[in-house]
Amino acid sequence: MTTGSSVTPQAAEGDRMQKLSASGHERSALKRNGLVDRVFEITTRGSALLVLLLLGTITGSLILAGWPALSELGLSFFTDDRWAANVNRFGALPAIYGTLVTSLIAIAIAIPVSLGIAIFLTEICPPKLRRTIGTMVELLAGVPSIIYGMWGMEVLAPFLQSHFPSVFPAGTGLTTAGLILAIMIIPFITAVTRDVMNTVPSIMRESAYGLGCTTWEVVRHVIFPSVKAGMLGGVILGLGRALGETMAVTFVIGNNLFLNATVTGQGTSIAALIANQFSEADGLQRSALLLLGLVLFLITFAVLALARFMLNRMNQRAPS
Amino acid sequence: MNPVYRRRRMTNRIIMMASLLASAFGVIWLFLILLTLVTKGVPALSLDVFTERTRMSGGGLGNAILGSLIMTALATVGGTIIGIAAGTWLAEYGGRSRLANLIRFINDVLLSAPSIIIGLYIYAVVVLPMGHFSGWAGVAALMVIIIPVVIRSTEDMLLLVPNSLREAAAALGAHRWLIVLRVCYSGARAGITTGVLLGCARISGETAPLLFTALNTNQWNFFNMGSEMPNLPMVLYQNMTINSFIPAQVALAWAGALILTAAVLILNILARVSAARSQK
Repeated sequence: MTTGSSVTPQAAEGDRMQKLSASGHERSALKRNGLVDRVFEITTRGSALLVLLLLGTITGSLILAGWPALSELGLSFFTDDRWAANVNRFGALPAIYGTLVTSLIAIAIAIPVSLGIAIFLTEICPPKLRRTIGTMVELLAGVPSIIYGMWGMEVLAPFLQSHFPSVFPAGTGLTTAGLILAIMIIPFITAVTRDVMNTVPSIMRESAYGLGCTTWEVVRHVIFPSVKAGMLGGVILGLGRALGETMAVTFVIGNNLFLNATVTGQGTSIAALIANQFSEADGLQRSALLLLGLVLFLITFAVLALARFMLNRMNQRAPS
Repeated sequence: MNPVYRRRRMTNRIIMMASLLASAFGVIWLFLILLTLVTKGVPALSLDVFTERTRMSGGGLGNAILGSLIMTALATVGGTIIGIAAGTWLAEYGGRSRLANLIRFINDVLLSAPSIIIGLYIYAVVVLPMGHFSGWAGVAALMVIIIPVVIRSTEDMLLLVPNSLREAAAALGAHRWLIVLRVCYSGARAGITTGVLLGCARISGETAPLLFTALNTNQWNFFNMGSEMPNLPMVLYQNMTINSFIPAQVALAWAGALILTAAVLILNILARVSAARSQK
């Protein structure tokens, strides 16, 4: 201890105690900061809980608003093959059929193309070009869906009509919608597939090349097996997008409210039907449309939840 | 050359060729769409498009552009505040707790929920009780769409801030809120900005959620949020469907489509620039 000779040990002890204990000012600052801490945590937690509230109120409000239609129409809502507001017939079958068929067509086209792009981007593309092509694909995802719709109606549908009149007599229809949807979801599936393929450690690629594998054999036997779950998650994510897409589909699907059990004919989808009729709907029709919205929400929720589940499992395994 | 090797090489060539073609197929649509937008949109562009209001025939898009800007800006500001707060909780307080995992999962699902459902939801909880369509309803719908985007990017970016920085600040006696505000946010700022810009780009092109919330009108609307709000996507939709028999309206719609796409793509590119800067 190096206290000055003029200070007694007792006085030095007291001095030290005073330095160690907080002054009134410091104590109030501590208290204030503790309060701010608590307020900060409570506010942010409240915002986070808002997400749960959102899901709850979306489901709740759609159930409440769709209930009158469900109790009035019962199961015939799902089995009736015609939607005609003027005669009070609300059968969701044409819309559900159209939604499923367009989405499946979109997925069938998008899977091979997205896989091809992902293989190109991760395995064979020169690094300089990789960024450019990646950006272009991602910009494609940024184009608003109404632009796809306008383009589909004004360019793609007339093109199909004039070049394949036997398949597309009107140009518009379920397949045209599926094609537009495929263009829209390719970027999503590509992005996920590329990201999960990039998580494969390059040492695995190099060992396979070292054994004399061709690029395709590396992709087929080394990369695909280890990212299967993630790729499937990406595909299901794209499916979820396609199911709920509204504006692009509305323009090119043909808006035929009778069940047309073909693949190329004109039809409608859940989202397109809602977009077309909701603003002029009233009473039972409005309730039926809201019920249709609930059906769409439940389908997409299940699909997206499945996709997330698979992707999360993938992420837990991948070394980040 | 041995035949097995030749066959393997052929297969490889064919598949790699196919993947090259797939890339061309995937990218060509961007050019085709941009080409259509330019050839149809540029001839219809004029100063009137920006200054005149929409009319039954002729006119411009001024009120619609203004309305879209107002609604997008308000929704972006509101959504950013809520989204950053929620993302902060997930990254800084929630951790691996069951509640945080549930919120994360639900948020990821909401991230790609169909936007028309959001429109129906806001119709049911805002428009029906109020009794009429309004700009506020449109803002609410857009906010519901942007919030999950901001939450996701905020959380991801905060998790990238190394824990040693937090520990260093805590060792200096900083309280947790101060650490988050001064240390974590300044580290994650560029990344969060990217997320906000991407979200903003997404909502500025959304049409479906505005169909039954903000609706549309031919009048100018300066911040009268309680009444119907003109907006660009709705004008495009109406001009291409119920007004499509008027050639001038269709031409105007293509001019609007060009403006909208340009704005959205510029926001996307800005986001990308900001992301590139955050990686340095």
